[in-house]
Amino acid sequence: MTQNSTAAAHPDLLGEPIYSVRDVSRRYGELAALDRVSLTIARGEWLSIVGPSGSGKSTLMNILGCMDSPTDGIVLLEGERLDKMGEPELAKVRRQKIGLIFQQFHLVQHLTACENVMLAQYYHSLPDEKEALEALERVGMAERATHLPRELSGGEQQRVCVARALINHPDVILADEPTGNLDEVNERVVIDFFHQLHDDGTTLIVVTHDSEVAAQGQRQIILEHGRIVRETTDLSNTPTKGKPVRGVEAR
Amino acid sequence: MFFWRMIGRALRRQVGKRLMIALTILLGSSLATSMFAVMLDVGDKVQAELSSFGANIEVLPEGASIVSDMYEVDSGASSGSIREDELPNLKTIFWGYNIEDFAPFLSVTATAEGREIAVVGTWFDHELSTATGEKLSTGVAHLRDWWAVTGSWPQAEDEVVVGSRLAAELGWETGDHVTLDGENGRVDATISGVFESGSDEDNQLFASLAVAQQLANRSGEVGSIEVRAITTPDNDLAREAASDPSALSADEWETWYCTAYVGSIAYQIEEAMTNVVAKPVRQVADTEGAILDKTQLIMSVVAIFAMIAASLGIANLVTASVMERSKEVGLMKALGARNTSIVGVILTETMVVALIGGIVGFGVGVGLAQLVGHLVFGSGIAIRPIVAPLMALVILLTVVVGCLPSMRYLLKLRPAQVLHGR
Repeated sequence: MTQNSTAAAHPDLLGEPIYSVRDVSRRYGELAALDRVSLTIARGEWLSIVGPSGSGKSTLMNILGCMDSPTDGIVLLEGERLDKMGEPELAKVRRQKIGLIFQQFHLVQHLTACENVMLAQYYHSLPDEKEALEALERVGMAERATHLPRELSGGEQQRVCVARALINHPDVILADEPTGNLDEVNERVVIDFFHQLHDDGTTLIVVTHDSEVAAQGQRQIILEHGRIVRETTDLSNTPTKGKPVRGVEAR
Repeated sequence: MFFWRMIGRALRRQVGKRLMIALTILLGSSLATSMFAVMLDVGDKVQAELSSFGANIEVLPEGASIVSDMYEVDSGASSGSIREDELPNLKTIFWGYNIEDFAPFLSVTATAEGREIAVVGTWFDHELSTATGEKLSTGVAHLRDWWAVTGSWPQAEDEVVVGSRLAAELGWETGDHVTLDGENGRVDATISGVFESGSDEDNQLFASLAVAQQLANRSGEVGSIEVRAITTPDNDLAREAASDPSALSADEWETWYCTAYVGSIAYQIEEAMTNVVAKPVRQVADTEGAILDKTQLIMSVVAIFAMIAASLGIANLVTASVMERSKEVGLMKALGARNTSIVGVILTETMVVALIGGIVGFGVGVGLAQLVGHLVFGSGIAIRPIVAPLMALVILLTVVVGCLPSMRYLLKLRPAQVLHGR
């Protein structure tokens, strides 16, 4: 598969803000899942979002992944106001700019590995079996292309998810506990893919409660009770390609 | 194409629910198909059935008709007469082929066994050649085919049939010889049969037309004619024409004249014969129309209810199926699928299953219609070409309406809700 995301195609853009989140809150009745969170994510950055259960990690990921809208505040993706968008516009952003990886894999059970990858192509533009097979080859799953998800191990299913997330060359990969259901070996495989993607300039946002996985990112933000309580930056994790990336601010 | 590949794969899942959807449509569509098929064909069937209960047009001499109208009495042949030689003209009118049977009647009074009896001269099974060369046999044997005749219909000129009450009064039986004394002579006849009609005709004696003419000294004359014709049920145009034909426009006149309404056939009979008035026997004609309307209404209601029931069944099944697949739907949305794409997938899956159920249901419905036809009318039901597209439309509508609740659920479903439990 050819990597041609915006960042890889335009290395000069690396380091420019891709997401700007300003005073974002998300309330469910009385409960504030997110409470006036502000943060900027740079293009090509690998950001880890860490925190205990109920800290607002998934809510933040849903908002960044255009699957939910904030109650208050501003969310900009490449300069576009996500918080003002309706469901059809958000769906368009999802299919054009975002690749999603889930802890529970969420593969369509009656479609083969290859067809699951083609599904993302189908909603994005046109399904291309050859390209889907190349994506599976890249994650080492070419030989299992015709297998149904139930015939694959957890690690194999997650690799199919990675191939599906990458097939449309998204600007951002959002991964929610991507190694949560994997053994150590498969966790390593997935982390290695993330490093490859990061090296290629893809923006990675990984939600995890696994400190080891979180430590792979350049920057970690720690959420508690819907607020960012701490932020750490590890410059040793800068990609081998492209410009070094710095996190910007945290409340 | 990837879309159909997805549909094909999806159809292999939830086989139980898919079979239930197909079965629901099968049952609904088979019932609706049979109802629609019978409904569209029942017009002819009911008409044929009702027409067997007698004539629907009565032809009277002009004078007799006026007396009948003024005093609201059944004048019979008390005034004026119809020319016997004009009877074949009935088959020469525009709707001549629709005239199934007719019989002339001439009522006279004769004396037998010392008492006066009513003698009706008629044709029993008369061989007739028309000017067009058509040969037909017509007469009361056809027109009164519900009469229970003990013995047989008269074959010879001097044979008669006697009503059951008259026969009982005078002690006549089949094979007896009777002597009828009229104003103008005496006729010896043999009773070939005793009939039971269930009406006043049971007090009469039916002889050949020639015998009645001889008794009454009215050679070549006929008192009235009863005609049984295949007619089109009356509509507004026919009713308008019945009240005042001259009020019709030229176009309406042409349509009316060229449609087999009982009124237009009667009108054409008047044109073909001298000094006669042809009147629709409204009771039968109206009954035909009313029964037909009611029968069709009941069938429509049954068909509609069958499809509403199918729609409700589908609504439950598809909603249950979609709820079971909410994660899959959430994922499609997360991947950026438009609502229309997702609705399209679910609707297509249901439509394919419904199509299979509908095709089988159509076949079963056609069989059911034949069964109804044979049980009720004693003949098969002709399936009108309109039934197939009509059923396709009805099934389409049923599926779309049945899918509405699940579509609402699909549109409201948010990906974060099912993928992250939010």
